[in-house]
Amino acid sequence: MKRRIVTATVLNQSGVLNRVTGLFTKRHFNIESITVGHTETEGISKMTFVVNVEDDRQIEQLLKQLNKQIDVLKVSDITNQAIVARELALIKVLATGQTRAEISGIVEPFRALIIDMSRDTLTVQVTGDAEKIEAIIELLRPYGIKELARTGITAFTRGFQKSVTDLKHYTLLK
Amino acid sequence: MKVKVKAEPEEQRLTGAETLIHALKQEKVEVVFGYPGGAVLPIYDALYRNPIRHVLARHEQGAIHAAEGYARVSGKPGVVLATSGPGATNLVTGITDAMMDSLPLVIFTGQVASGVIGTDAFQEADVTGITMPITKHNYQVRDLKDLPRIVKEAFHIASNGRPGPVLVDIPKDVSATAAEVNFGGKVHLPGFQPTKNPNVLQIKKLNEAIESAKKPVILAGAGILHAKASEQLRAVAESKNIPVVHTLLGLGGFPADHPLFLGMGGMHGCYAANMALYECDLLVNIGARFDDRLTGNLKTFAPEAVVAHIDVDPAEIGKNVETHIPIVGDAKAALQKLADEQGSSSMCEEWLVHLRQYQQEYPYWHKELEDVISPQKLISEIHSLTGGDAIVTTDVGQHQMWAAQYYTFNDPHKWVTSGGLGTMGFGFPAAIGAQIAEPDKRVVSIVGDGGFQMTSEELILLRELDLPVKIVIVNNGTLGMVRQWQESFYEQRYSHSVFNLQPDFVKLADSYGVRGFKVSTIEEAKALLSEVLNDDEPALIDCRVCAAENVYPMVAPGTGLHEMIGVKP
Repeated sequence: MKRRIVTATVLNQSGVLNRVTGLFTKRHFNIESITVGHTETEGISKMTFVVNVEDDRQIEQLLKQLNKQIDVLKVSDITNQAIVARELALIKVLATGQTRAEISGIVEPFRALIIDMSRDTLTVQVTGDAEKIEAIIELLRPYGIKELARTGITAFTRGFQKSVTDLKHYTLLK
Repeated sequence: MKVKVKAEPEEQRLTGAETLIHALKQEKVEVVFGYPGGAVLPIYDALYRNPIRHVLARHEQGAIHAAEGYARVSGKPGVVLATSGPGATNLVTGITDAMMDSLPLVIFTGQVASGVIGTDAFQEADVTGITMPITKHNYQVRDLKDLPRIVKEAFHIASNGRPGPVLVDIPKDVSATAAEVNFGGKVHLPGFQPTKNPNVLQIKKLNEAIESAKKPVILAGAGILHAKASEQLRAVAESKNIPVVHTLLGLGGFPADHPLFLGMGGMHGCYAANMALYECDLLVNIGARFDDRLTGNLKTFAPEAVVAHIDVDPAEIGKNVETHIPIVGDAKAALQKLADEQGSSSMCEEWLVHLRQYQQEYPYWHKELEDVISPQKLISEIHSLTGGDAIVTTDVGQHQMWAAQYYTFNDPHKWVTSGGLGTMGFGFPAAIGAQIAEPDKRVVSIVGDGGFQMTSEELILLRELDLPVKIVIVNNGTLGMVRQWQESFYEQRYSHSVFNLQPDFVKLADSYGVRGFKVSTIEEAKALLSEVLNDDEPALIDCRVCAAENVYPMVAPGTGLHEMIGVKP
């Protein structure tokens, strides 16, 4: 299984998310995460998918099927490009008097924030790439995670791309 | 593309229903296949006051299959109108069928009023949700002002690129209320820009491959018919001396009596065609989608071949079979460009001689039966009595395969069958649509006794509309193809595939005012058909055929095209 990051620019029509996820179900694609939100242009949204595919043929099929949707304007597999990819996670972790300070000690180097507090819990907000999020989750796990919510990755390509030799984005000419 | 606003905007104050009728007339719609109901009352009222020809089917499924038959034969989008809830859900099989076989349809469904959508109102169903995976695109009209644009887009999407069904769901309040509507807008779909003209470099690459090939073969699918590219296909095959294999749905795209035609490929295709696909060193697929019934086991499909694939839908290229020369574009444009490429006639006489040996050695064969009608013989008789010139529609199953094998077509747009979805009940209503599209041509609906019972209620339309459709029921009293598989692969456990009781089809026809006949020997059949096929009255002929006949040859499931069984008596 290969993990791929795919972005799609879509017309912000009602049902467009349904169309895209329905397509994934119909064609048996395995989605890890989806994020959707507005872009700088009114009426146009951007979707970011993280999908697990078996081989190049499957990702090609996914890109082509997405492209066939009338409401989808542009599709790119940005996995192998220079990208900025971020995810946000909220983690509610058990925190008693003794562990409170320890948890704060973990939160700080990750540049995460404590955004809520109760008598026996702390809620941590962390932003970053998937690996960073995994790392902080693993560090907080021993304290007892009560609740965890992740947004999934949203991404786009960097302003400056190094000249890439193996550019495998959507093309019909193999 | 910018929307230009004319100096005099075509604004009129109309209800949604009136707007729809106006927009349909703008699209030059000749006929609507439909069935009224509560949520489309305003539309039917507008239709009453401003008529377009409307064919009142007796079941929505009949309406949509008729629209498919109309679309297949005429090349124009079939238009369907049905009410909300059950009206719409009865269309689902036909929509899926059209999606699988790339037929252009524009379907209008009523919907409950906007204010009660989502409340499980009377006859409410989430039709856009239900049909999302089975339409090329669908819409729900939220604002009457959008309706003219949506109708235009729907027709544009349905008939451009790879054709397919588009559904427009119209809430009752939208069709009932009036507003200032403007018909002047142009289609603007940035997300739908199908590639028509193929890449010239790829065409050159294909031409080079043809030049160097020793064993080339063309696999031509229904894309040839959608693109109206029969002439171009013939020109390329002849000038480059390449034999042609058709898919089930492509039949008629290339003349069956042409020396370069090898026949149909696939599960019940002929041996020479399948062996050509297996042994070739260059496979040029034009407008076929490498369906599993065509390829057999993919692991042994065309193992030696360089694969070229011309398709207007890029997603079909490389989907099932790895493709070395992908060409996205319209089949006609691509074939024209390919024909323009000079000096590339491949020298493959040896290959053609080899394939002709297969053709002579392994033609279609069937048992000669004495007391009972041989279904294959029956189809051959229909072929000769109609001069091979009829429009033939079928259902799915044994009779369909026999029709494909023995009713050979020399011309395009005469073969109407349900391929991808394999829909029983398709053939007869499709014949109604085909006859409406081509009122002066002979339409023969070859159906099985099982499938015919699924949509036989449409018989009344033959009388009502005076359509001279000839229904030939290949009646073996069983679900033949199911029975055949049970015989071959389930140790003859005929579980629920043999009917214990059948209706009297002659009386059934009679009750609808259609002449019904029953024949039990081939002589009887011949005598009757030679009369009936040449008159201008509808007729139903119940042909009692041998129930034990199987369709051969066959690529058994899981095996490759070179492993056909039943290739000889």
